[in-house]
Amino acid sequence: MPRVIVGPADFDPGTALATLEADAGAIASFIGIVRGTADNRPLAALTLEHYPGMTEQALARIADTAMTRWRLLDCLIIHRTGRLEPGARIVLAAAASAHRGDAIEAMTFLIDWLKTDAPFWKHETFRDGTARWVAPRETDQHARDRWIEP
Amino acid sequence: MKILYFAWLRERIGHAEATIDPPAGVTTIAELTEYLASLSPAHQRAFANRSAIKTALDQVFAPPETPLGDAQELAYFPPFTGG
Repeated sequence: MPRVIVGPADFDPGTALATLEADAGAIASFIGIVRGTADNRPLAALTLEHYPGMTEQALARIADTAMTRWRLLDCLIIHRTGRLEPGARIVLAAAASAHRGDAIEAMTFLIDWLKTDAPFWKHETFRDGTARWVAPRETDQHARDRWIEP
Repeated sequence: MKILYFAWLRERIGHAEATIDPPAGVTTIAELTEYLASLSPAHQRAFANRSAIKTALDQVFAPPETPLGDAQELAYFPPFTGG
């Protein structure tokens, strides 16, 4: 069963990956970490706002899509919310399959789609006291769209 | 009907949530957006660039022409930037 976890709590990557099917054959994972800078300016924190309810539904839909599109045994998405400092883990996306090709592709799909299709908004606070909302990137949209089936 | 604002829309409008009764004649998201934009100068500024704003009706993405129907919740937000 695909699983989705959303909230402020940190996660241990080893423990999280161990909850995927033990006899899978292959587990592919991605972990996103808060950068220390944005546009070469030192960052104090990244704050993640989200839409409780819609977020969980959107992530579950993305995970279900991966389960039907690739030969997966399991997949997992963890996304943190609230204030996170540089070096903190933000997100984990993982897919388990009997075959590495399916696991790696599905994991890439999960991270590409959760960036554009789940209701999260990043707010950057810089060390100089200024702050801004992160603008959506065209490259993220292209990364999403390459998975659209003809 | 419950109206939710997220990210810079919430900041510009000054609150995260409001309850409103759509006035007579307002039947779609686009029409309700026009009405909301007329509520105050802050609303007007927040809604100035309509193309940068997305909407979800009862937590499902919905384009401006979507009828409001019996929906309980309408959310306004900028494009997503998670991950």
